[in-house]
Amino acid sequence: MNATADSGIARNGGRRPLLEVRDLTMRYTTRAGEVSAVDGVSFSVERGQALGLVGESGCGKSSIAITLLKLLPENASILEGEILIDGVDIAPMSEEEMLEYRWARVSMVFQAAMNSLDPVYRVGDQIVEALEYHVESARDESLERVRELYDLVSLDHAFIPRYPHEYSGGMKQRAIIAMALACEPDLIIADEPTTALDVIVQDHILREMKKVQRELDMGMIYISHDMAVIAEVSDVVGVMYAGKIVEFGDARGIFESPIHPYTRALMSAFPSVTGEKRDLTTLGGEPPNLLDPPPGCRFHPRCPYATDECYTQEPPIVRQGERWAACWNPPE
Amino acid sequence: MTNTEQIQDRPLLRVQDLSKLFPVSSGSWFERDRSFIHAVDGVGFELGRGESFGLVGESGCGKTTTGKLLVRLTDPTEGHIIFDYGEGEPTDIATLKGKSLKAFRRQAQMIFQDPYESMNPRRTIFDTVAEPLRTQKIGSPLERIDRVAQMLEMVGLTPPRSFMFRHPHELSGGQRQRVAIARALVVEPAFVVADEPTSMLDVSIRTGVMRLMEDLASRLDISYLYITHDLAVARYMCDRIAVMYLGKIVEMGETEEVLQNPRHPYTRALLSAVPVPDPAYARPPVQIEGGVSIPVDPPARCRFYDRCPLADDFCRDNDHPPLEEKAGGQMVACYKA
Repeated sequence: MNATADSGIARNGGRRPLLEVRDLTMRYTTRAGEVSAVDGVSFSVERGQALGLVGESGCGKSSIAITLLKLLPENASILEGEILIDGVDIAPMSEEEMLEYRWARVSMVFQAAMNSLDPVYRVGDQIVEALEYHVESARDESLERVRELYDLVSLDHAFIPRYPHEYSGGMKQRAIIAMALACEPDLIIADEPTTALDVIVQDHILREMKKVQRELDMGMIYISHDMAVIAEVSDVVGVMYAGKIVEFGDARGIFESPIHPYTRALMSAFPSVTGEKRDLTTLGGEPPNLLDPPPGCRFHPRCPYATDECYTQEPPIVRQGERWAACWNPPE
Repeated sequence: MTNTEQIQDRPLLRVQDLSKLFPVSSGSWFERDRSFIHAVDGVGFELGRGESFGLVGESGCGKTTTGKLLVRLTDPTEGHIIFDYGEGEPTDIATLKGKSLKAFRRQAQMIFQDPYESMNPRRTIFDTVAEPLRTQKIGSPLERIDRVAQMLEMVGLTPPRSFMFRHPHELSGGQRQRVAIARALVVEPAFVVADEPTSMLDVSIRTGVMRLMEDLASRLDISYLYITHDLAVARYMCDRIAVMYLGKIVEMGETEEVLQNPRHPYTRALLSAVPVPDPAYARPPVQIEGGVSIPVDPPARCRFYDRCPLADDFCRDNDHPPLEEKAGGQMVACYKA
């Protein structure tokens, strides 16, 4: 029943993946009605593997991030599904139990994270505080660890005792990454961590995150709307549309021969500075309102290949070679 | 006939030595020796008729300030912006005031990055698009309704009647940006400054808006100053581009030429930092470190000196290099390129 989770086990030679998400559905209750921002999503991430989740605003990619960490707002809840970390399901866990997991096992870097540093405390102290909450260590050991972390993200030690306002945007984001790595998590979830930054700073941070993730053999979920960034950081890619993963597979494969018409449209609408200057295609329409999603395949109102079946029947995500795609009529 | 041909050959705008300094208050308010941020510092370029000219660079490079100067949303500290209406003598609009400034505003409009921020949320779409017509006293109230309907149709908000009396919050981001385009073009301006008009839009919607802007430019004979941080978007939207760094143009030329054969070390670094949507492509390492500083009373030497991999004593001891034509027709401001 669970194609993507099966894949993880298969590739891993029967070993259990670090993270396995099965049929996860997360719902917001709003005044206008119920919204399933994440709707029956399954995937897995292995140690040392980077999963890129790509999609447009409102597709549910950020909702997945807060669901995996169980940092849900009051009007949101996990309706069904399992979130297995090394085989242990954290979905039913209480907030108290979750404290063991957050930061220590699973940590996060958010887009707005650079504004989440407390302006009146020295950055180094804030990292020490995070460390001492989870790991019992003497003060000088903690400071030594902060120095290691600063090396890891290429920040100058001189900045450890400085305040957030003395950091540039890129430096703040590095400090946040250092903090996220402080407790040596198994999995790091990065939600648009470089979106507010200029390209040169973005380049440095992407390279560092990738390096650290490989060196520490962590799993990573990298969430972005930017196809180019996803192409650079991911080993595997999940493409999201209207709360669902519509295509999943090896990054190279997805970029070279996308199966789902939405993935194809994204690829051919995305401009590049390198290579031949090809025509960009325009996808008509807009993503659906999730208060009232269209029946059948959620992409059918915008899909050039839609047939009768697509209007009424929801396509399951099925395996096609090394890839999984949810489409009734994948174009040749 | 020869007359119109001549007009076509004349640039619409000639920008010369344009500068904008912002005072920085340091210490007490009556202090005499104030510092200045050199946001735009001696910038010069031409904008041809029907041309789309791009200003690219990182945040804080002065591209938005340059755009605002060209439509006189802010006043230049120094320099000239020679605007050629096509009839009569070209006028320096840098110093226009009162009635003549208002008349110029009909020729120059601006589209902003965030259409939600740039619209009054309590006004209907009709009021928003009709506003420039009212301030410019164009047409009777009835004629304005027709004009706005026509404009909405042109930007693809059809049927216009179903959009006219809605409010911005009832529209999607892509639709709002179409309204912003309609508002800018309703007075039939000669040129439009578009400041990151698509950077807040999703990919699947962005291409449609880019197409629309190109299409309208050729139909209505509009020139664009297109401001963007995204070099891949500039590649599709601009005939020529200028790369800015700390208030200076460091390289300028045909877009494809600049992107394929960058000469200035900053352009090279910037280009090599742009992620490529191809997992098989190994991007070369970026040659520069650090981030963009704020040009408060910058030294006379090359603005890029501190971060430049090619800089030597000559660069340190001389003024910022002039923008000069190099082989291939590109203009480059570098002693070492």
